[in-house]
Amino acid sequence: MFYIEVVNVSDKKFVDVTAEHSRDGKVKPLSITWEDGRVYSVDRVLDVRMAAALKAGGQGIRYTCRVHGREVFLFCDEGRWFIES
Amino acid sequence: MSRTILHVDLNNFYASVECLYNPEIRDKPVIVCGDAEARHGIVLAKNGPAKALGVKTGDVIWQAKLKCPGLIAVPADFRKYLRFSRLAKAIYADYTDRVEAFGVDECWLDITGTEKLFGDGETVANQIRQRFREELGLTASVGVSWNKIFAKLGSDMKKPDATTVITQENFHEKVWPLPVRELLYVGRSTRTKLQNRAIYTIGELANRDIHSLRLLLGVWGETLWHFANGLDTAPVKFVGEESVVKSVGNSTTAVRDLQNFEDVKMIVYVLAESVAARLRDHGLKCTTVSISVRDKELHSFDRQGKLSVRTFLSGDIATKALELFSANYRWDRAIRSIGVRGADLVTADGHIQLDLFDKDKTQMEGLESAIDKIRQRFGQYSLQRCTMLFDRKLTGFNPKDEHVIHPVSYFK
Repeated sequence: MFYIEVVNVSDKKFVDVTAEHSRDGKVKPLSITWEDGRVYSVDRVLDVRMAAALKAGGQGIRYTCRVHGREVFLFCDEGRWFIES
Repeated sequence: MSRTILHVDLNNFYASVECLYNPEIRDKPVIVCGDAEARHGIVLAKNGPAKALGVKTGDVIWQAKLKCPGLIAVPADFRKYLRFSRLAKAIYADYTDRVEAFGVDECWLDITGTEKLFGDGETVANQIRQRFREELGLTASVGVSWNKIFAKLGSDMKKPDATTVITQENFHEKVWPLPVRELLYVGRSTRTKLQNRAIYTIGELANRDIHSLRLLLGVWGETLWHFANGLDTAPVKFVGEESVVKSVGNSTTAVRDLQNFEDVKMIVYVLAESVAARLRDHGLKCTTVSISVRDKELHSFDRQGKLSVRTFLSGDIATKALELFSANYRWDRAIRSIGVRGADLVTADGHIQLDLFDKDKTQMEGLESAIDKIRQRFGQYSLQRCTMLFDRKLTGFNPKDEHVIHPVSYFK
C-alpha cells in the first residue's frame, strides 16, 4: 500500500501565532494556529537567528521550532509570521 | 601604517530583494522598474539572467522587453530596499564603526587594527558575504585594499558573491591593465580626453607625468593620477558622521510633458517649496539658485544665477528659478523634467546685509516656518499655493518626503 503525501514545498504559509513577549524584549512563540483553525503548540524553540527564507521567499527572524516532533522554521518578518517547511 | 578597507557592493540589489520575496521568478529574467504611468518607467535594476540578455540599467521598459521576451517587470518598493540596506549596515556595525555609505547598496568599511579580533581583510570580507547569504539571502562582492578607490575597483572585478584583494604588491598586475573608465570619476568626456592622449588603461594614467595631466584636466588630472597610483588617502567616515551639505536640490520627471510657462511655474513652485523646506530643516540659506531642464528629446541644460540676498524662502527661490528659465528657454520642444537647486549655502542665523529698498523679509520667514508647522501636523497638502490647484495631477507629488534615496558624491 502506498501513502502519497502531497506537500507543496515552496509554499509560504502565513499563520497566526501566540507568543510570549518578555520584559527584556525577547519573543518566544508558544503556539501556531493553522488556517483551518487547528492549533499546534510549540514544544521547544531550538534556535533563533536572523535568516533568509530562500524556499518560501522572505527574510526575518527565524525560530527553529519543534512541533509534534518535527522541526519547522517559523519566520517573523516585521511582525508577520510565516512557516517554511 | 597601511589601512585595511573593504568596499561591499550588494549584487543587483533591488532585483535580488525582489527575487528573494518571489522565489518562483528567481531563475527568470527580472527587472525592477519605476512607475510607468508616472513616466518613471525605466529599468532601475536587473538580475543575472536579464543582464545576460543585454538589458541595461536606464533602458526604457519597452526597450528591455524587446531585448528579452518573457521579461518580468516588478515595480520598485523602496521601503523594502531601505530596510535591507539598514539590515546590511547592522551587519557592518558588528565589525567597525567606520562605515561610509555610497548609495543604498554600497559601503566602505575601515577595519584597520581589528586583525586580532576578526582576522585579516579577506577573512572579514568572506565572513560578511557568508552572513549576507544566510541572514539576508543576498549576495555581495567585496573589494579589499588599502585605499577606498582600489577597494571599490576590487568589488567590481569579480561578481557575484566574490572577494577580490588588491595589495600594494599585486596592484600593478591587477589594477593597471584595466581600462581607464573603470576608475571612479572617469566618465565619458574625461575618457575621450585621455584617449586622445593615448591613455587607455589605469596603468598608462598612473605612469604619466602628473604635470601633463594637470594641463589636460586641471585639478582633476592630479586627483585621478593619485587615484591610479593608489595614493588616495580619503578616510572612511564614521557611522552617523554627516557630510557637510553643499547644495540642496530636487528634480522631477513630470507626469505629462510641460507645454507652457504655466505648467513650468507649477512644477517649479512644488520643487522650490521642497528645497526651501529642506534648507530650513538644515538651518541653511542659499545664495545661488540653479535649474536643470530636460526636454522630451532628452536634451538638457543647467543654468545658475546669484540671488541678491541669502534666502530660504520658497518664493525667492521660485522667482529666481523662473527668471533663469524664461531667460534661457525658447520652447522649441515640450519639457520632460525640471530640477531646482539651492547652492552656496550659508548658515541661516548669520548676519545679513539689509537692503535699503527691499521689504523686510522676517515676516515672510515667519510665515514660511508657520507653514512648515502646519504641514508637519496636518500633512503636506493641508496648505498649498493657489497655482498648484490648476492641475492637481501635475503637482501631486511631494519631493521632500518621497525622495529619500539621494545621489552621493565621493568628494563630500
